[in-house]
Formats: sequence, structure tokens, C-alpha cells
Amino acid sequence: MVRVGSVLNVLGVLLMIFAFAMAVPFAVSFFYGDAALHAYDAAVLITFTAGLALWAGSRGRRRELKPRDGFLLVALTWTVVPAFATLPFLIYLQDLSFTDAYFEAVSGLTTSGATTLSGLDKLPPSINLWRSMLIWIGGMGVVVLAVAILPLLGAGGSQIMRAETPGPMKDTKLTPRITETAKGLWVVYVIFTAAAIVSLKMAGMTFFDAVVHAFSTMGLGGFSSHDQSFGYFNSPAIEAVTIFFMLVAGINFGTHFLAFRKLSFRPYRFDPETGAYLGVAILSCLGIAWFLLANNVYPSFWTALRYASFNVVSIATTTGFANTDFNQWPIFAPVWMLFLSCFATCSGSTGGGIKMVRAELMVRQALREMVRIVHPRALIPIKLAGQTVENNIVFAVLAFMLVYGGTMTTMTMLLAASGLDIVTAFTAVVASLNNMGPGLGQVGPTSNYAVLNDFQTWVCTASMLLGRLELFSILVVFTPAFWRK
Amino acid sequence: MKIVILGAGQVGSSVAESLVSERNDITVVDTDPVRLRNLQDRLDLRTVTGSASHPTVLVEAGIEDADMVIAVTQSDETNLVACKLAQQLFNVPTRIARIRATDFLAEERILGQECFAIDLAICPEQVLTDYIVKLIEFPEALQVLEFADGKVSLVAVRAFQGGPLVGHQLQDIRKHMPSVDVRIAAIFRGDASILPEGDTVVEAGDEVFCLAAAEHIRQVLREMRRMDKPVRRVMIAGGGNIGWRLAEALESNYVVKILEQNKRRCEILAGRLDSALVLQGDATDESLLEAENVDEMDIFIAVTNDDENNIMSCLLARRMGARRVVALINRRSYVDLLQAGQIDIAISPAQATIGTLLAHVRRGDVTQVHALRRGAAEALEAVVHGDAQSGPLVGRRIEDIELPKGAGIGAIVRGEEVIMAHHDTVVQAEDHVIVFVTNKKLVPKVEKLFQVGVGFV
Repeated sequence: MVRVGSVLNVLGVLLMIFAFAMAVPFAVSFFYGDAALHAYDAAVLITFTAGLALWAGSRGRRRELKPRDGFLLVALTWTVVPAFATLPFLIYLQDLSFTDAYFEAVSGLTTSGATTLSGLDKLPPSINLWRSMLIWIGGMGVVVLAVAILPLLGAGGSQIMRAETPGPMKDTKLTPRITETAKGLWVVYVIFTAAAIVSLKMAGMTFFDAVVHAFSTMGLGGFSSHDQSFGYFNSPAIEAVTIFFMLVAGINFGTHFLAFRKLSFRPYRFDPETGAYLGVAILSCLGIAWFLLANNVYPSFWTALRYASFNVVSIATTTGFANTDFNQWPIFAPVWMLFLSCFATCSGSTGGGIKMVRAELMVRQALREMVRIVHPRALIPIKLAGQTVENNIVFAVLAFMLVYGGTMTTMTMLLAASGLDIVTAFTAVVASLNNMGPGLGQVGPTSNYAVLNDFQTWVCTASMLLGRLELFSILVVFTPAFWRK
Repeated sequence: MKIVILGAGQVGSSVAESLVSERNDITVVDTDPVRLRNLQDRLDLRTVTGSASHPTVLVEAGIEDADMVIAVTQSDETNLVACKLAQQLFNVPTRIARIRATDFLAEERILGQECFAIDLAICPEQVLTDYIVKLIEFPEALQVLEFADGKVSLVAVRAFQGGPLVGHQLQDIRKHMPSVDVRIAAIFRGDASILPEGDTVVEAGDEVFCLAAAEHIRQVLREMRRMDKPVRRVMIAGGGNIGWRLAEALESNYVVKILEQNKRRCEILAGRLDSALVLQGDATDESLLEAENVDEMDIFIAVTNDDENNIMSCLLARRMGARRVVALINRRSYVDLLQAGQIDIAISPAQATIGTLLAHVRRGDVTQVHALRRGAAEALEAVVHGDAQSGPLVGRRIEDIELPKGAGIGAIVRGEEVIMAHHDTVVQAEDHVIVFVTNKKLVPKVEKLFQVGVGFV
């Protein structure tokens, strides 16, 4: 039986902590003297009170959480927290609907970066900071969720690597206790963010822009404080720095943690995902650059490479920054980028999609079936980093792929039925489900999700949540078996 | 010598068998009384039932006045403990243990005097694997053996019509290969051995033993027969310890398929091996062999636990078109039946692995012993000690050394230098001398030569 009471109790604590996070934009607003100051005191107050009420109300029913309660907690956290995160938007932007505000908050916390707001340059700095903070906090949550918590619940991508691994991967179990692991991961996350802020500042951004974009980059979200995204800066140096940090954030933070602790690059070499991830990203950059040059989109290879690498890396890592309207490129390039966003990032990173580890398993499974036809009696194990992957994990991944495909189809159908053209519908779903941000067609990099009606916005919001929580951890809450005693 | 052998498994029994024949007092310890009874029925030795790591059992086996303990039980840990006890409690001078796990060998201190105190760690499976790998590397050879840490090789090869030297006198070999220093150590024609002279003519069908520096083996083989195509495809029947090690050693350079009957063992193998294809099934299953293209195999190696299965699967593979078949056969009588018949090479695990052990049992400073022709002949490497007064060797020319008839000095390793023995070569102290003995009965006489005279001590 799920203990709703104790779950609500924890949720109350989380909300109270979240209220403190809101104090940051409040301070910034105070410092800059911007127009949104009045939005935060109310928002902080409401959030804190709600948290306190929830905590106090369920105090008597507090018990040790069981794994099954974890699913409910995760699902509730990712749906309830965004509701409170909307408060600053709702209070400051009087004419913003709750649907759009909730979309914006979910988009931030799931590190998607799809936006319904326009006129970003004119928004008060504190609102822009709040948007990118949502991404940063969401990224932090996702890293811990994916590396430390989901494996414990027996779901999620990194559970594949959980079993005691022999040889070079021996210490994949980072630390014996979750809280220690979480702390370690956060330290790594904070160090990288600080490095990103300094690098962006040195590359020519203002300090405020550097902070906003560093948050956005490390969470692989993609909110910018400018309507033109990176087109506003038009600086190869800034783009290069951002490419580097996007690539960093797309690697498993568990691997980063090991590399930090050992002060060596060996963990990256022995990680089964990092190599494939970087390989796919680099080859795609070169390939798309060549493709753009061959189609006379850009006059020289270096220009083509600059635009190709920034946009390819941004979309493949599910960030969603853009420095040009890639919607205008010959259709192969943007479609290839969308395709990459489905699988390129590593498990345990802040990226979305099905993750590289599942893609690798699927490719190996497909190859195995072919070898089996030739050698019916052969025993062919599927291996990752020299370790045999159990068949039940392969089945779990297959089921995940099926649900992923099913979700994508259903959501696309819903959007198409509600009147969107098929390119917009499909790419909006791909972009939402992979927590990426911009799609093609009407939701391309130069436009935004404000064109969608309320129903379509909710479909995208649901897709983002499903994608972020790796489908099963949220879908399981809706099964009758989950609630049965 | 009083020797206690712990473990009466395959290795234990074959060690016991070879040592009994060399006139030693043997006691064998094992937990399984049936095995011990079988052994006692066959050989002249004493047996004790009990766990090999228990001090009381060891005392009962007479470890207190033993000269050597050989721990070859199934378990590495038992062997380690027994050797430590033998050193600490019973002062046994020589302790030999079978250690399978490479982890124990990773650091020298683990087996050192302070820790487990093991003088010699042997891993028969590894020795056997190396032996077979050599045969695959040199598919023309019947046997490739190494002396002096691999500086000198002894190859056995069957002369075939078409080899440049076949039908010619041995002295012609120098005209064929002026740059290669090679010595024909012995020739076996049928069951008789011929002591090679310069005018001996090599005939097709002869089994020729040649000594040469390791890098010259291929050229020497070319003299005796046309070269085969190099091996590319290998099929291994049996995924036990040997099959697994073999597949692991071969998989990076050859296309390897390995057959194993037990499904769980298959899963373990598939997990450990990288590119080798693990197939679940019986090695004598004709349809499986056919489906897996046994006729395309350059070499088929049967290394299951079962002699009959190995023989049968090899015969089957040969009939279905495998180019070369190699079988692991424990029973000596089977080996004698099959060699040079339908099966190209029959390997006797005991013969292949006993050498390193024997070197420790022998008198004189013998560093390496290789059994040849299923134990009938022997090649040994020994170190010459003493000076011109005390020893029968130092300072003598090879033609002046009184070796029993049927024994010959093949080569001398002096430091890093390899010298092929000629009649006027002078032996010096600390030389490693490689002696070829065509009849095992002569071995004690040869050993005596390497013992330093009483006056010197």
C-alpha cells in the first residue's frame, strides 16, 4: 500500500525548500530594482505556507518511505512543484494564462526550454533568472533522480549499469549512501556551473547573461534571456564555450564524479556511453557542416561548421539553443538533429530522450538477433563495458522503447487531431518528449509555443513530464496494481 | 625422495604416476576414498583420506619428514593453506602448489616466504593452453617446446615428401639454410630411434626433432615439409577450464568457435569471451558440426573432460572435412592407439604439464624437463656447476664428454647467447645445457653428470 500521508509530508518539506529558492530572484529583483519585485514576496509566502500546511497536516502519518512511495513522490514533485513555480509569472504577467505559465514552469523544471513567452529581452532580469533557475534546479533534480534514486526504485536508464561491474568499471557504485552520492553529484554540478559562468563571462557576455545561460546550459534546458537566443550575441567564442559545456552536461554525472574523485580521464574512457555520445555528436557536426556547404547554405566550410556544430550539439544534447533559424536549412539537417535528440545524451546526464545506453543496447540486441539466425545454437550475450547485460534488462529496455514510440504516436495524433499540421505536431511532441525545446514548422527556433491552443499546450506539458521521468516512473502511478493493498 | 601429493584429481594422479616410476615414496591425500582406492590399485603408493588443509591429515600423510609437498587439489585456497602449514609447522623444504586464479600471481609477495611460502606455482590448464596455442601457431609441428625462457625451441615435425631436406643427408641442411644454426637432435623411424649423423638421410614419415633458436623455427619446419596455409578458423569442443583459456588466448588472432554442452557454462563463457562464438551443443552432434561448417575449420581441438568424446568428435570432424584435428586424451593406451592415425595430434595432459614439476624432483640443477614421444624420450635443460676438477663437464669439449649412448647435447645457452652444440664446443660453468635423451632409462645417468662432485661440497 502506498503511504500517501508520508509522501505528502516529504512533499511539504520540498515545497518549503523550494520557497527559499524563490528568494534568489527576489534578491536579484531587489538589487536590480526591476518591476517584478512585488511578484516574489507573495509567491514565496504562498509556497512556504502551502508547504508548511502540507507538512504539518501530514505530520502524524510520517513513516519511513518504501520504494513504492518513491514513485508517487517523484510524480507528485514533478507536477506540484511547477504549479508553485508559476506564481512569479502569474503575478507579474497579469495576462498570462495558467496553462501557459504551467507549461513554462514544467518546461523549465524538466530542462526542456520550450517557451510560450516572447519579448524576453524586455522582461525584468529577475524573471529571466527565475526561468533559468528552474532549469538549473530541474537539472540538479534530474541528475540525482537518474543516478541515485531511480536505480533504487528499479527503473530508469542507469539501473542498467547498477549491478556490480567487474574490471575497470568497479566503482560505478559511487558511494554507499544516497545522500552522499547526491552531495557528490551536486558538487560536480556546481563546479561545472561556476566554470561555465566564468568562461561565458570571459567570452564576452555580461555577468547576468553569463549566469542565466550557464544555468540553462548545465541543465541542458535552453531558456535564453534573448528572443534571438544565441543569435543575439553572434560570437563564435561564446558559442564555442557553450558547445563545450553542453557536451559536458550531456555526459553521465556519475562518470564526472568518478573523474573528479580520481582526478583522471580514465572513467570517461571506460564509460560505455561517453565514447559513442561524443562520436555521434562530432561526426554529425562535420556531416551537417559538409551537407550545408554542399547545398550552398553557407559560403565557406568554417561558417558552415560554426553554425552546424552549435545547432547540432544544442539539439542533440536536448538543450534547444539556436544561433540561426535552422528551420530554413534543407530538411535533412533539422530532421537529423531531431533524430539525434532522441538518443544522443548519456543516462544520468541532464539531457532527455531514450539515452545512449538504451540505444546501444537496442543496436546490440538487433545485431544479436541477426547472428542468431545464422547460428541458432549460439549463446550471444549483450555486453556493455565488458559486462554482460541480463536479458530481463534488455526486455525492460524493449518495453521502454515500445512505450516511448507509443507515447510519441499518441501525442502526435492528439496534436494532429486538434488541428496542427503534421510537421509541427510531430516535432513539437519529439521536442517535448525529449525535453529539448524548439521543434520545426510553427514551433521552430524563431517562433515559440504560444501559437498552440490550451489543449495542445497541455499535451506538450504532459509529454515533457513523461519524457523527463522516463515514462515508467510516472505511468506506474496510474496502474491499478500500484494502488492495490 | 619422500613426496606428499595433495589431491587425487586428474593432475594429482598423473603426477603420482610419473613420480612413482622415478622411484619416489609417494603419499596421496584426497577427500574421496574411491579415487584413492583406484589409484592405490594401480600404483605403488600410500593413500590418506581427509581434507588436505587439516594439519592432522597432513601429519598422518607423513608430512613431517617429507622432502616435498605438491598441493594440486581443486581449490586454490586449500593448496595455499596446505603449503603455508607445510612450511611453518612441518619445515617441508620444497612446496609446489597448483594455483589457477591469476589474482594470486599478480604480486610476488603473495606466494613469497613471508606469506604463503610456495616455491613453484603451477597451473596445468595454462601450460596445456600454451602448448596448444604453439601448435596452432606452427600447424606443421607435432610439438613445440621451449628451453631457457624461450630462447631455444625444440620442434618435432613429421617429414613429408616435398620438404627440401627429405631424401637428403642431414649435412645438406647447412647448404639450404646457411644463416640458420640448427641441430637435428634425434630422428624416430617407426618406433626405433636413429642417432643423427651428418650422412643420415631423412625419409618421409620420419619424426624429426630439431633444436633451433626460437626465431628460426619456421624456416626449419619448411625444410621438412611443404608449409600449410596458416590457421585462421579454429573450433574448440569443450568449454571447461582449458577450452575457455584456449578461446581467450586465440580469439583476438583467429576466428574461434567454441562448443559446450552445459547451458549455464555457455552463459559464463559467453560473458567472459569477447569475439569467440559460443555454441551450445554436443561436440559429437553431426548436424551441429555441419551447421557450423566444420569442413571450413583449419583446426578442430577437442578438450572436453571425456577421452571418448574427444576422440569421437575429432574423428567425426576429420571425416566431415576439418583440415587438422587435435584431441586431448588422458589415457595413455588411447594415445598410443591414435597418434599418427586419424587424429593428427593426441595430447596427453599429463605429459605436457609434468615437465615443470619433474624439474624440481630431479637431482642436479635441472631447470626444465620435457617429455617427448609420450614419455618414452625426454629433453632436459640443466645448469652446469663446479669447475674443471670437481665436475665431469666443465672445460671439456663436447666430443670428450662421456654421455650414455642414446643421449646427446643439443645446445648450450650461455647468458643471452645460444650456441648449437658442435663436437669442439667447450662447456663452461653456469652454462645451461640442453640434453636430448632418446630413452627414458638413461635419464639418471645423465643427471649424474650434472651433480657436483663430493669434493666440491
